[in-house]
Amino acid sequence: MLAVWKREFQNYFLTPIGYVFMAVLLLAGGLFFHLDNVLRGTNSLVQMFSDLMYVFMIVVPILTMRLISEEKRTRTDQLLLTSPLSIPAMVIGKYLAALSVFLISLVGTVFNIIVINTYGRVYWGLILSNYLGYVFMGCVYIAIGLFMSSVTENQVSAAVLTFGVILLLQIIENVGSLQMPTYLSFIKTIASWFSLFGRYYTFTAGIVSLANIIYYISFIAVLLFFTMRVIDKRRWSEG
Amino acid sequence: MIEIQNVSKRYGDKWAVKDVSFTINKGEVLGFLGRNGAGKSTTMNIVTGYISATNGRVLLDGYDILENPREVKRHIGYLPEIPPLYIDMTVDEYLRFVCSIKEVETKHITNHVNDICELMRIQDHKKRLIKNLSKGYKQRVGMAQALIGNPEIVIMDEPTVGLDPKQIIEIRHLIKELGEDHTVVLSSHILPEVADVCERLVIINKGQIVAQDTLENLTRGISDTFRFRLRIAGPERETQKAIREIPGLVSIDAMGSKEPDTCDFLIESDRQVDIRRPLFNTMSKLGYPILMLRPMDLELEDIFLQLTSDTEEVL
Repeated sequence: MLAVWKREFQNYFLTPIGYVFMAVLLLAGGLFFHLDNVLRGTNSLVQMFSDLMYVFMIVVPILTMRLISEEKRTRTDQLLLTSPLSIPAMVIGKYLAALSVFLISLVGTVFNIIVINTYGRVYWGLILSNYLGYVFMGCVYIAIGLFMSSVTENQVSAAVLTFGVILLLQIIENVGSLQMPTYLSFIKTIASWFSLFGRYYTFTAGIVSLANIIYYISFIAVLLFFTMRVIDKRRWSEG
Repeated sequence: MIEIQNVSKRYGDKWAVKDVSFTINKGEVLGFLGRNGAGKSTTMNIVTGYISATNGRVLLDGYDILENPREVKRHIGYLPEIPPLYIDMTVDEYLRFVCSIKEVETKHITNHVNDICELMRIQDHKKRLIKNLSKGYKQRVGMAQALIGNPEIVIMDEPTVGLDPKQIIEIRHLIKELGEDHTVVLSSHILPEVADVCERLVIINKGQIVAQDTLENLTRGISDTFRFRLRIAGPERETQKAIREIPGLVSIDAMGSKEPDTCDFLIESDRQVDIRRPLFNTMSKLGYPILMLRPMDLELEDIFLQLTSDTEEVL
């Protein structure tokens, strides 16, 4: 697992992908910090993270699109699958590599906290819960991207699918928040099951709920499990 | 060592391989021969655990590859038809990565990579990016990858495809070297390659095994005559007449004259009779020296075509 993580992580910086991903996130992070905090004179990072989430939604497919699809296309999966390496180790290694790049990009935003701390007051609890929410959302998006990368051999398809699924989840969320007559309330109920963003907003309000953390972890675990199954299933494919 | 038992693989309503059974013995160099699309790669992919068979099973020293994949995969090095190379890495980085996934102990990795690079003669290219290497060197890196972890069995699928003649000779030489201390399975559609390198052949056609034996036995099984090419310094009619009288002769064809005052023949004799001695004596009595007597073994191509052109009849 460690070997796969190391290879994937290095690969992000042998190709432009890692740099592009981090540059876009840091640029957007800096811009939103300027617009939401510096110009408005607030010390809350809620708006910045919330805006950054939209940019993240666009760049996460770049980070995850080639993770598994590229292995299939270049047949390097033959090396991994005929070695003693297990499929879970391979999937988790790849997942952690993408996650590492994402977490490194977060380090850049620490600068924002230093600025707030210099000119105002930092509410550490609130900031940490904001970070936690943002990290969990990142973990979920990357898991979606990894899964989509396993279902196709084409990187572009993987990227489009990832973006599409994240967008769909956002739409479900918006539908759930609409005013509805009581006979359609089941739609609201179903939408609330998927409410990734709703749970994220509880983090931005400074509420760290164990139920929400378990929800995100389960969501990620299910996606990683599906990814492993897709890779394993291909070996049995008779199509 | 490896037993392939009644392995079949279906894609849609077509069987890529059907009921394939053969054994790979310890220490041998086995040739797996078949035309393009005969099911060679599918079989190799099943044996190495890359894909699963629809029916049948693969056992390595009694371990089933599906039940004990890690145990079995540790003993097999595999070079697929397209070498599985990460082209953005250097040769050294790539081989170190392969060491890690093949569970080579960290403290031994540097020495192990050096040894294998030396064996494959790629020491001078260790720091180069794989994407900048020539096809021949990429193939060597692919072979090096298969040797990492010192597997007892090395399986190579079409290792010389797309290489130039000089590279082909070098790769064959490397395979021969490997055969000295490994069990090697060489899958190929190139007959001279298999004949040159392998001790035993398994021939597959349309997904089914049509023959498996040593080259010698395969040749013998197909023909009941010996063939010779003969050149005699003497007149054609007289020598031909004399040869016809030798017991055991099946046929004689005049092949014209390739040198001044000589004549060439293609003769066929019964396998039970060695006609070379009576032939020598006859010509000696006539005073016509034999300038050339060359046995013409049935070419591997002949065997191959005969076996693969009419599968039903052979089966």
